[in-house]
Amino acid sequence: MSSAAGTFIEVVVEDSVAGDAELARKLEEVCPVDIFEATDSGVEVVAGNVDECVLCELCLDAAPDGAVVIKKLYDGTELRR
Amino acid sequence: MPCDLAPASLPPPMRFYEYESRRIVERAGIPVTDYGFAETADEARAAAGRIGGPTVIKSQVLTGGRMKAGGVKFADTPDEAAQHAEEILKLEIGGHMPAGVLVDPKAEVEQEYYAAVLWDGRAKRPMMLFSDMGGIDIEEVAEQHPDHVGRGHLSNLQPIPDFRAKEVVAAAGGLTGRELTRATPILARLAQLQRDYDMTLAEINPVARLADGSFVALDAHMEMEDEAVGRHKNMLSEIGVELEEPRETYEPSEFERNVKAIDEADHRGVIQGKDHGFDGDLGLVIGAGGGSLTLTDAIRSQGGRPANYAEIGGNPSVAKSKGLAMEVLKKDGVEKIAVMMSIVSNTRVDIVARGVIAACLELGKDPAETIAVFRIPGAWEEEGAKILGKYGIEFRDRGTSMWEAAGEAVEKVQGGG
Repeated sequence: MSSAAGTFIEVVVEDSVAGDAELARKLEEVCPVDIFEATDSGVEVVAGNVDECVLCELCLDAAPDGAVVIKKLYDGTELRR
Repeated sequence: MPCDLAPASLPPPMRFYEYESRRIVERAGIPVTDYGFAETADEARAAAGRIGGPTVIKSQVLTGGRMKAGGVKFADTPDEAAQHAEEILKLEIGGHMPAGVLVDPKAEVEQEYYAAVLWDGRAKRPMMLFSDMGGIDIEEVAEQHPDHVGRGHLSNLQPIPDFRAKEVVAAAGGLTGRELTRATPILARLAQLQRDYDMTLAEINPVARLADGSFVALDAHMEMEDEAVGRHKNMLSEIGVELEEPRETYEPSEFERNVKAIDEADHRGVIQGKDHGFDGDLGLVIGAGGGSLTLTDAIRSQGGRPANYAEIGGNPSVAKSKGLAMEVLKKDGVEKIAVMMSIVSNTRVDIVARGVIAACLELGKDPAETIAVFRIPGAWEEEGAKILGKYGIEFRDRGTSMWEAAGEAVEKVQGGG
């Protein structure tokens, strides 16, 4: 599992897809605020950018259902497909 | 004349040195006396020799108070001009070192007049001004001798007719007949120049009537709309203006430099911060749709003392919002900030909320104690309210007026609440 939490937002990529190079590339491409980075080992969540999340849900659309979760730390709710 | 009719929220205009203004005026076909710009004492000597006769040596700085500071001296010979130039070139005036000196002939003036065309921000049109009491502060003349000041607005679109300039010159009194006919083209060409080059202020003070009856511009002051500079690169290049050189009228503070650097480092949204002339205790993180000026005025009207002026908008990132808030909170004497925007804001409430709260937390401050008011009607209000609520801050939407929000912030600062 790759995840990172800021003050307001936590982003989690489930283990089952975290090593998927193609998904990593897609996530890196769709996120407007650079939260995801495609690396040799799959997708990394960039800790310094998670609080920039604009809740656009493009990452949720790009990933298989349930593979990416956006947690709103300020109200305890989360976004997932 | 300070262009106090222009909206204060606009970026500051590009100012010109006197010698550059002289070149602009000359280019527009307005007669000027022979003059020379010199960067060394030897160049000043040569210019004075070419001009012949007594000269005036003037420091070229982008600030006022030259005469009082010793930056304007009279010379009878080229050697004396060189000596004065040497002294003036080493003389700092109001924190500015001169870019050079202007060598001017000491003209035999029969009478001095004032001519200007400025952008009237209230009328949203250029306004011509003319007075037969030139060489002195025009605002003082307008107050004490209003019958000696002619005024007239111009269309933004229609050609500039000479007769409009003539009416304004005539309205100032003092000029009739041939003199009126000779002075009119100066104001008409100044109006054309103002329009052609997007000047917020085009001023000649004084316009001099010489012994032979001719009219010449003895001193000129130009300010170009900052946003228009790119459109006039050719003209600026022709008169020798280096666009890379800074034209600030004062040395930017650490706060201003830091805010600018934060803004430039991130393309998302825009922030601006100024604290020149502010010494209050309430930090402002404000903006949107002209809101900055209104909100600053509202704080003052409510008896508060702003610590800074700011602009935030265009959907800045969390980091950028946080950066501005941190810089404001780091200012001496600032314990609280007011985060406010006008009603037309489309900037996301939740993003700004995250930014200003993150700033408080990073500085070890309690957001609920530090954010005196958070009033941003805009996008994502519901999400913003949740974030603010988590940190004990009440969200104010458009149900709270800007005036009321300003009052709440002032009360919290003054009451210590």
